[in-house]
Amino acid sequence: MESNTIISIRGVNFYYGTVRALTDISMKFRKNKVTALIGPSGCGKSTLLRLLNRMNDLIDGTKVEGEILFEDKNIYAPDVDPVEIRRKIGMVFQKPNPFPKTIYNNISYGPNLNGVSSRDMDALVEQSLKQAVLWDEVKDILNKSAMNLSGGQQQRLCIARALAMKPDILLMDEPTSALDPISTAKIEELIEELKDNYTIIIVTHNMQQAARVSDETAFFYLGNLIEYNKTEKIFTKPEVKQTEDYITGRFG
Amino acid sequence: MKKLKHNSMSWRYFKQNVFFTLVRASALIITLALGGIILYIVVNGISAISWEFITRPPTDAMTKGGIMPAILGTIYLTIGAIAIGLPLGVASAIYLTEYAKQGRIIRLIKVGINCLAGVPSVVFGLFGLGFFVIFMKFGSSILSGSLTLGFLILPTIIGASEEALKAVPQTFREASLSLGVSKWQTIYRIVLPNALPGILTGSILGIGRAAGETAPIMFTAAAYFTAKLPGSIFDEVMALPYHIYVLATAGTNIEATRPIQFGTVLVLVAVVLGIDLIAIVIRGYMRRNKGW
Repeated sequence: MESNTIISIRGVNFYYGTVRALTDISMKFRKNKVTALIGPSGCGKSTLLRLLNRMNDLIDGTKVEGEILFEDKNIYAPDVDPVEIRRKIGMVFQKPNPFPKTIYNNISYGPNLNGVSSRDMDALVEQSLKQAVLWDEVKDILNKSAMNLSGGQQQRLCIARALAMKPDILLMDEPTSALDPISTAKIEELIEELKDNYTIIIVTHNMQQAARVSDETAFFYLGNLIEYNKTEKIFTKPEVKQTEDYITGRFG
Repeated sequence: MKKLKHNSMSWRYFKQNVFFTLVRASALIITLALGGIILYIVVNGISAISWEFITRPPTDAMTKGGIMPAILGTIYLTIGAIAIGLPLGVASAIYLTEYAKQGRIIRLIKVGINCLAGVPSVVFGLFGLGFFVIFMKFGSSILSGSLTLGFLILPTIIGASEEALKAVPQTFREASLSLGVSKWQTIYRIVLPNALPGILTGSILGIGRAAGETAPIMFTAAAYFTAKLPGSIFDEVMALPYHIYVLATAGTNIEATRPIQFGTVLVLVAVVLGIDLIAIVIRGYMRRNKGW
């Protein structure tokens, strides 16, 4: 297991001001697997996810203790540029948030600012949209505004936008919570396909979703990592009582 | 549960109608007042307007001829004020909303900016005289006047820009940053383009103020009379508001030049509207792509 670890969290505490949101978290994420983070609202799962690409840096008054190792380097070391980290660790948000630009420019935005030449851009846009299974639906309207797409299409566009940066890891923060069941199913299929090439870490409120798409599942409660194991194990024979109570719907 | 009184509904409708009537009346009064002012200016000033009036310099001790140097002077000063106030104001607003750590110092700066908006314009004029004209040795010139007017409209532009920047959804910033795009690139490529229409709305208010103010340019830029057109930004110019002031209070024949005074007022209003119109067209063009 050690050899295919891609991210390793060691003794992480996280504070919003004086409020501790995560307590002594240590865990490893495996390469080319889908890991689901589950737990009730306010348990710290989204906070943990946003620690992995340093998005919590945007919030004033936060503090991180401990180490998060990615490629054997602590991403919170003083000499690390968060912009570099975010190039390699992409993110898809809870609500689809395409830019008010054309579909094409939504995809090309990140690569363009990171030095991909316009000569290679057409191919990259096509490839990214195909990976996100959106190409057939939008190939004739690439120069139309992304805001005209449906919610599900917008979210797949956001996934394509993240994939265009060719990240190693894709973080997904409740990516289907704003979508209808059909769009949700499409995104879940997509996650299944993407895991051959990417490591995916997904926060979800939906336990069926965690069970359907993930290889491993971590259960959080009140800022603590309660249980972390193979998804199959978590949903059939959880070792901790709290986990069992949560997945059987007794609380949460 | 208590039984509702029978008359309660009609009483509520009555109150609603009274309120609506008051609101409607307010809107009507404002419209009438504005319409009245414009009508008054047009009626009194239209007789003075002619091709000669807007294309020739004044003659016969400013009792005849046109106001072309003043029109040009006001256009120069307004463009100068925008050229100084807009970049400075937008940059300040970017600092205040995007970079600065929100806290006591920032609050203090914001209070300061709001106070600046309330400072009488003659104070700006005196400051401009002391600082730009005398200390910086720019003399009474387009440059000094533009700088003074630029500072005068700064609070308006900063305020509008701040609001416009805050109105850009945070999710756009997050999405951009999550793609490994730097903060400045995010501001430049995503935040600013989406905030520009709002920023321009604020600037339109600033334009009106810059073009119409008399006190700030009185000591810093405006000439009592010069038939010569400015050759550089270090030259003095005539300006419409100051010209009106001069004709109406210190002219050689105040009563006889009334039509010219109203004509000049009419032209000033037209110039302000003209510059506003340009800004509105640009804003409309930028808004086309907005879709959230």
